[in-house]
Amino acid sequence: MAGFLARRLVSSVVLVAVAASLAYLLAAAALDPRANYAGRTPAPPPAVVDAQLTALNLNDRTPLTERYLTWAGGVLRGDFGKSVSGAPVGDDLKRRAGVTLRLVLLGLVCGSALGVMAGALAAARQYGWFDRLSAAVSFLLLAVPVVVLANVLILAGTWANDHLFGARVLLVAGEASAGLEAGLWETLLDRAQHLVLPTVTITLGLAAVFSRYQRNTMLDVLGADYLRTAMAKGLTRRRALIRHGLRTALIPVATYFAFTFGALLTGATFTEKIFGWHGLGERLISSIFTNDVNTVAAISCLAAVAVLVASMAAGLLQAVLDPRVRAG
Amino acid sequence: MTLSEEVAEESAGDDAGRPPPPSRARAVTGRFLSSRQGRAGALVLTLVFLFAFAGPLVSPWSHTDKDFAAFLAPPSAAHWFGTLQTGADVFAVTLRGLQRSLVVGLLAAVVCTALAALAGAFAGYFLGWTDRVITWVTDLLLVLPAFLILAVMSPLFGAGQWPLFVLMLALFLWMVTAKMARGMTISLREREFVRAARYLGVPPVRIVLSHVLPNLSSLLIVDATLNVSAAILTETSLSYFGFGIQPPDVSLGTLIADGSRTAVYAPWTFWFAAGLLVVTVLAVNLIGDALRDAFDPTAREPR
Repeated sequence: MAGFLARRLVSSVVLVAVAASLAYLLAAAALDPRANYAGRTPAPPPAVVDAQLTALNLNDRTPLTERYLTWAGGVLRGDFGKSVSGAPVGDDLKRRAGVTLRLVLLGLVCGSALGVMAGALAAARQYGWFDRLSAAVSFLLLAVPVVVLANVLILAGTWANDHLFGARVLLVAGEASAGLEAGLWETLLDRAQHLVLPTVTITLGLAAVFSRYQRNTMLDVLGADYLRTAMAKGLTRRRALIRHGLRTALIPVATYFAFTFGALLTGATFTEKIFGWHGLGERLISSIFTNDVNTVAAISCLAAVAVLVASMAAGLLQAVLDPRVRAG
Repeated sequence: MTLSEEVAEESAGDDAGRPPPPSRARAVTGRFLSSRQGRAGALVLTLVFLFAFAGPLVSPWSHTDKDFAAFLAPPSAAHWFGTLQTGADVFAVTLRGLQRSLVVGLLAAVVCTALAALAGAFAGYFLGWTDRVITWVTDLLLVLPAFLILAVMSPLFGAGQWPLFVLMLALFLWMVTAKMARGMTISLREREFVRAARYLGVPPVRIVLSHVLPNLSSLLIVDATLNVSAAILTETSLSYFGFGIQPPDVSLGTLIADGSRTAVYAPWTFWFAAGLLVVTVLAVNLIGDALRDAFDPTAREPR
């Protein structure tokens, strides 16, 4: 077991290293930081631009291998280099990771809880009205891309503000109102107002996936012998379903949950960008527009680590929850 | 389910009247058409296709025309879907975008499924080093953030370079299908007909191509369908942020991006493109789901 884990760890580290290196080389070859200086008036002298770029390790006149080695050496010491504005990439990303977590956590919890409940209920009354309704709704939601869903919610939010509340209740831009000087409760309320629509965006998308998934695993469990035994022992169908059915059916969903969490760290890009949250995903898009090679590479590295950690967590979670895996 | 089982089952079910010669394709088509969601999906998708490719023939405007007498005008007899801020006819540009999105989605799905089939079948059949290398590449691509890589490469997808975009899109979609194909191939390679072919001296590459791949067809057809919707969604999201189809060409993604800015006071700029996108993806998903049922009638439930 220990040998297996160690081998898996080593291969994961290699995978992350190769992925990050590929991302760096690709970004360094495709993006052009020199273009950032082209539009300035007065135009800075070429020597100054060169010196700036060299200081940031972004100079395209330095051979790519040399730049790569400098970058890789820095990463090994935990230094991800500097962004095009000269600020350390690591600090910026650390701050943004907090923003992303605050945005994603609630949506993830709500979405998976809602999806699991809807899926379990749909499976318990297969082909009933709720089953049909939830299937139709989740099919529709799966067909709506996040960019459309977020924009539709913004439109709905502005409409509701104008016609239902008569005041700006649902706020659609940013994490908190800028320059708000208020007590703790007002600040919290302000944050909650900002949080509603992005959370709904994430929740709806996840709930659609989770409900389909939970419904299928639940249906597999429903035909199992141990559930029949539980009911034969005298448990009501309801109790048997909740105590024995739902618990078992949750195992595959729990591993999927771990995966989603890893993917969402950088995968909430569209939600963040459209609602103006300054998280990791938003940085991902802006770093490409500003030709910020070091940030692109750092985010790729982070995304790779997140996916691999999530897949390991999924494996561990399965071992914890499923006695058969533990025994085998 | 194998071919022989399938055939046996079909001929057993057809005892009334003159039984038509058993055919897997006909059986699957029959089951597909007898499901309501399959029929609905196929009908809607056909209509969307007709709309996208026949619509421009009846429209008085082309997607490059600008009407300088009507900026951001609501739908009217002259402009059926209204106009954009630039004076472009929404009907014409939406159809153009729909065409682009459909073609990109279909091509990317075909390329990606072919890639997945080959990679999965070769890895599963040869095992050993081939398998290790292919699995490693699959894992690597799964770990790389696809959106970011595609976005970084977006300067390459300049005007008229959309086939390259399709290729790159496919390159980041094939991994999961390949993993499934590999798993199925590993179980297939010990089956009698594959063994028989091997002992008869059929070269391994031909075994993969003519004995293994046809037996993966059900998985591949279903996945190709679902990859169409995945490709369309990825393409739209990339184009939304300006990383996909580049102007002057349009896709549904760029239209939705432009439309969302004016949607509050000019809803027609947003809702037609967004609605068509949702309808298209929904139809494709319904078809994929019904196909999965049709290929595997023993499965109680489409996953």
